[in-house]
Amino acid sequence: MWSRRDHRRLTKTDIRRQTNVMHISEGILSGPVLASGMVLAAAGTAIGLKKLDYDRMARAGMLSAAFFVASLIHVPIFPSNVHLILNGIVGLLLGWGAFPAILVALILQAVFFQYGGITTLGVNTLIMALPAVISYGLFGRLIHKRPTIASTAAFACGSLAVLLGALMIGLALMFTEENFWHVSAIVVAAHIPVMIVEGIVTAICVAFLKKVQPTMLPGSARPQTL
Amino acid sequence: MINEPFAAGNSLIHNLDPRIRVGLASVYCFVIALAKHTPVLLAAIVISLSLIFITRVNPREIARRLVIVNVLIFLLWAVLPLTYGDPALFRAGPFSISGPGTKLAAQITLKCNAILLAFIALIATMPLVTLGHALNRLRVPAKIVLLLLMTYRYVFVIEQEYHRLLRAARIRGFRPGTNLHTYKTYAYVVGMLFVRAAARAERVNQAMRCRGFNGKFYTLQQFETVRHDWILATIITAMIICLLFLEWSHRA
Repeated sequence: MWSRRDHRRLTKTDIRRQTNVMHISEGILSGPVLASGMVLAAAGTAIGLKKLDYDRMARAGMLSAAFFVASLIHVPIFPSNVHLILNGIVGLLLGWGAFPAILVALILQAVFFQYGGITTLGVNTLIMALPAVISYGLFGRLIHKRPTIASTAAFACGSLAVLLGALMIGLALMFTEENFWHVSAIVVAAHIPVMIVEGIVTAICVAFLKKVQPTMLPGSARPQTL
Repeated sequence: MINEPFAAGNSLIHNLDPRIRVGLASVYCFVIALAKHTPVLLAAIVISLSLIFITRVNPREIARRLVIVNVLIFLLWAVLPLTYGDPALFRAGPFSISGPGTKLAAQITLKCNAILLAFIALIATMPLVTLGHALNRLRVPAKIVLLLLMTYRYVFVIEQEYHRLLRAARIRGFRPGTNLHTYKTYAYVVGMLFVRAAARAERVNQAMRCRGFNGKFYTLQQFETVRHDWILATIITAMIICLLFLEWSHRA
């Protein structure tokens, strides 16, 4: 039957249980890496903001909030649990708008939970948003094909977004200090279970959205807004 | 639940002009992040701790946050001393503890904690709405600020929706485990969150347009810089300059 432990497991948005995998803490990276992260994130955000007119602003803000909340969900994977990142889905839903949406979600995360902060904001935005945009570009059109192709594409979209993010963390560490090689390898390896879970969740979630609200997905017949 | 435990309070720092706080915090965090010498980092920890002391926020909340961040740092302690290479601090059989590796791990720990404490003291002590308006005054693009405020406004609503979905799953006897059923349930929860968020966004957008929304949030809150703001700002700036000087003198 339902035990207290199950209840706790299900309602774990509590800060103590937060172990955000996909980000780099403050104080690790070198100046040049921080600076290039910031420049690239600013460029991506500028493109994203240009594509978001004021009519789509409410939608982007709301999806950003949903992304923030959904990323608090812990999904069990034996023997531990991972928490969802969902940058693949955010990429699908917002395209380049993923940059400002993720930037804003990270600012909220910094203020609420103190994950990351001012100096790593650029790098961390880039780590999540660039893979989102890339997987949107690669798989955005495939998800309306036959169900087998569509679900494979959605799986690939979700797991590639995580893989690319993990590789970018690894690269950022390596550019900072060549001796970070082992740490980078551990970080990338730690993301493999996350990749699988994200792929499955993304595939099912995209199938769900296709049934329930197909206009939310890119390349659908009707325009996405209003 | 999501909350802002440090935002309420009445201290010198809570009353400091938010624009000054954001500006000082940015400069200070970058100075620490780019510092390379241990004495500078030790001084930074002392400064950050004294800022926290001035804010008089709940030390237990701070300790909780420090613990989480330092769990990540712990990974570096586990790996760097063993893999960083020569010269070794000491050897035991096949294992050797690398001197530079240990030093680097210690420096990162200091940096990370100093930045975190400063961030809590200067930024987390203001409500997010105030932060948004302060960013607006500091010429951050209006669209980002708007997006930030919209997200903040609805993050709590959507969190409630998430808990509603979870309750619904619970009364149907859902128990999470490592199986496809669990992943399916969570994927539907996530999907439903996005669907409801999009529907709500449409309603909100229509309502805002009805009321003549033109892309700007107006605030009645006026930021004023009074004399004690200038005094505190000068003191913190002086400390930052001291840090820079310390860093520069070690480099020479």
